[in-house]
Amino acid sequence: MSMRTEPVTVNIGPHHPSTHGVFRLRVTFDGEVIVDVEPVFGYLHRGTEKLAEERTYVQFVTLTDRMDYVASMTNNQGFVLAVEKLAGITPSPRGVWLRMIAAELQRIASHLVGMGFFLQDLGAFATPLMYAMRERERILDLFEMLCGARITNSYMRPGGVFMDAPEDFWPAVNRFLDEMPGYVDEYESLISGNEIVLSRTKGVARVELDALINASISGPMLRAAGLAWDLRKKHPYEFYDRVEFDVPLAQESDNWARYIVRIQEMRESVKIVRQCVQQIEPGPIRPKEVPFLVRPPAGEVYSSIEGPKGELGYYIVSDGSIAPYRCKVRAPSYINLTLLKDMLVGWRVADMIVTFGSIDINMGEVDR
Amino acid sequence: MTALIPGERIASMIASIVPGAVAAQDRGAAWIRAETWPAVARGLRDGEETDFKFLSAVTGVDYIDHYEVVYHLTSFRLNHRAVVKVRCGEGREEPAVPSCVPVWRGADLQEREVYDLMGIRFDGHPNLKRVMLWEGFPGHPHRKDFLR
Amino acid sequence: MTSSFLDNAFFRNIYCNLASSDSARCAGGGPFGDGLFPPGWEWFAFLVTAFLTVFVVINGALLGVNAYIWGERRLIGRIQGRPGPNRWGPFGLLTPVADLIKILTKEDIVPAAADRLLFFLAPFLIVVPVLLVFAVVPFGSSSWVADLNIGLLYVLAVLSVESFAPVMAGWGSQNRYAMFGALRAVALLVSYEIPMVLSLLGVLMIAGSLSLVDVVHAQSVPFILVQPLGFLVFFIGTVAEIQRAPFDLAEAESELVGGYHTDYSGIRWGLFQAGEFLATIAGAAIIVTVFLGGWRGPDFLPSHAWFFIKLTGVLVVMTWIRGTLPRLRIDQVTSFAWKGLLPLAALNVVLSALLSLIWPAPTNGELWIMVAINMTVAAAALIVLGQFGPKAGERPTPAPVSTLREATPGGGN
Repeated sequence: MSMRTEPVTVNIGPHHPSTHGVFRLRVTFDGEVIVDVEPVFGYLHRGTEKLAEERTYVQFVTLTDRMDYVASMTNNQGFVLAVEKLAGITPSPRGVWLRMIAAELQRIASHLVGMGFFLQDLGAFATPLMYAMRERERILDLFEMLCGARITNSYMRPGGVFMDAPEDFWPAVNRFLDEMPGYVDEYESLISGNEIVLSRTKGVARVELDALINASISGPMLRAAGLAWDLRKKHPYEFYDRVEFDVPLAQESDNWARYIVRIQEMRESVKIVRQCVQQIEPGPIRPKEVPFLVRPPAGEVYSSIEGPKGELGYYIVSDGSIAPYRCKVRAPSYINLTLLKDMLVGWRVADMIVTFGSIDINMGEVDR
Repeated sequence: MTALIPGERIASMIASIVPGAVAAQDRGAAWIRAETWPAVARGLRDGEETDFKFLSAVTGVDYIDHYEVVYHLTSFRLNHRAVVKVRCGEGREEPAVPSCVPVWRGADLQEREVYDLMGIRFDGHPNLKRVMLWEGFPGHPHRKDFLR
Repeated sequence: MTSSFLDNAFFRNIYCNLASSDSARCAGGGPFGDGLFPPGWEWFAFLVTAFLTVFVVINGALLGVNAYIWGERRLIGRIQGRPGPNRWGPFGLLTPVADLIKILTKEDIVPAAADRLLFFLAPFLIVVPVLLVFAVVPFGSSSWVADLNIGLLYVLAVLSVESFAPVMAGWGSQNRYAMFGALRAVALLVSYEIPMVLSLLGVLMIAGSLSLVDVVHAQSVPFILVQPLGFLVFFIGTVAEIQRAPFDLAEAESELVGGYHTDYSGIRWGLFQAGEFLATIAGAAIIVTVFLGGWRGPDFLPSHAWFFIKLTGVLVVMTWIRGTLPRLRIDQVTSFAWKGLLPLAALNVVLSALLSLIWPAPTNGELWIMVAINMTVAAAALIVLGQFGPKAGERPTPAPVSTLREATPGGGN
């Protein structure tokens, strides 16, 4: 016996508990099975790239915070590196070490949020999320010590950072580094062996590596498919060639692999921060000769860093004035959504939400 | 280190794929004639010594007298990078470039964004609709002549 | 005469004070001698006492809900490393009261497209059946509203009425999230009702009665030991039936916003919440009664105290599960019921039937022999199921898309 059924179109979002911001998915279901997905963006579009053309290079650092607002430090870092490359500024070593410390702490914080909300989407009633937020809080406290701000840091400047770390920062960061691996073990013992988590995530939303590369997808999603592409290794910006760390890999390219890669990356980031703290030396945090109004020569630059969510690139065209002529942000969150439909079609409602969480996007960055 | 292929090298590479495709070149980039772009893109992706499997970024730039679309390409295997530009004709009217979505799916959302914010049409794009702004929004904000 | 609330000394006292000459129930008469009401008005005295009993039980249950909401939020707070509600009253005990005032004063929004009859009826339908369950639960050695001879059957019947509410709410709201939630609720109910009922058969065979009071009397050894498989299946089935984590698919917040009560607000939403917590308490009370020996316990505490200690224990375990486990997917939930719980329950029925054939009226010693046999079989069954049952990562892939019709263009929520 066959029953005649109608596909149903449902709007997931823009106001929905698990769309990670104001994002809308027009999903067509056949029963519980997804037939068609159409993402709708733009609810958080603020025209950041246009605003950059009206601001000096240092002023735009503030706006980069507002893109991926759970990873402000890496946004800062990507932008100031591009400006340095464009204007030929050599940063002072202490500033670079401080930037690396901040960026890696930010990577941990961003992965904590990603992991927490991924498990929240699995329906774990906020427990892992609360754990993740507990540690993120400590990182934000460290940021507060560094620059006085917790979320929108605006900590970095072309040439270095704007403020040296206070004396209290070093014992605090060491204490955090000592405790963080234990916290990661705690998540693993709570979640990674859980039969329900395994059965909900393993094998779900698999994508082939070739498809991922062809769709310009970067970051943990790529590494979860077994490609060891990490710009910190392949294109060591800052002093990443002076620290030792591994690039965590997984082969399955499913939701589970993406989760486990992030967990391992947190451990690696702890290692990197520890080495930065050991290697940092006293000195100026920013060269004296770098002017407040950076005036790069006419030209263009594309500089990308390994952000927590993928390749975060800045393409700046300069006409020799104090403001960029054109500033484009290659937002990993946005481009990682390219394959969303391929990943979701054929799976069920619950898988859709979890897959969405495993891509780990941030609407501030998607819409810019 | 990810090496940036200089403009002359990438221009000669492109010339060996599609003769006469290179319109201009400078230190960092090569300009390609718009009509040859899909063939060049496919050649750059599949070529043994180019191997640009990964399209990093698609950017539209408004140079007042013309528009350009800038493609940043990356090869994971050879760990190098190149900048390829396509000039969208002369003047400010009806800028258009052939789409490279058939070559790199990663261009899908990025080309839609350029279309939305810069107003450059990508011929052959399967789903060329506005992304950030709604249909019917007057103008394209990233153009230099866009006024609030 | 079936036993009823008049078995309780307190209520019998009241009744005997009112009724003048019911020598069958009141040997020796009440303190008023002939009673308050004239002869022939015993039915009225009975009615008054019945109302009083029901009043006490229902309000006790609702107070229990308040206490449980507070307890669960505090406990989950501790699980998540935060204090939990601690502002209103000592230890935040008055938080549920504050919540109640809040939801009472909120605007009651009815969607324009709603089917008003179903929409209004659903919240009541979720509360009333659960309250009915409390009628047969023996709270102490002689405290119950009614001792029905079909008690267990009554509980199952009344609890299944409750599952109409999500469907009515889901259909009545004319909301697609709500409809998804309603359909999931139905799928869950259909799947879990069967193993649940089967798992109780073993208990019935040993106790020889459907009356909950008789079931408790039969438990000189708690049935959790005699019927380990039955307990396992019934516990999981109860959690699924009352739709708590990890089976809270019908109202999955991260997927369906609120499931079937997405469109409800104010006190109607509050009734859904109250119904859910009431169902949890009722389910825990049934588990305590049927498997944990009900009110029975050593003599140093009164029987009511034992009942409530056990009830609290079961509720804590349920809260613990809720605070720890993620949600299952709908196909996993149903396949777990059909491929996991149903064979276990069936095995339990066969085994119990064999054992009760050997020992039709088991003595204490025979019960312990049953414990040994059943425990061994349960362990073996679980190991076999773990080895050969469905495994993580080996699920069949979802239905091929090509067989589905082309999606309709346009539309919207």
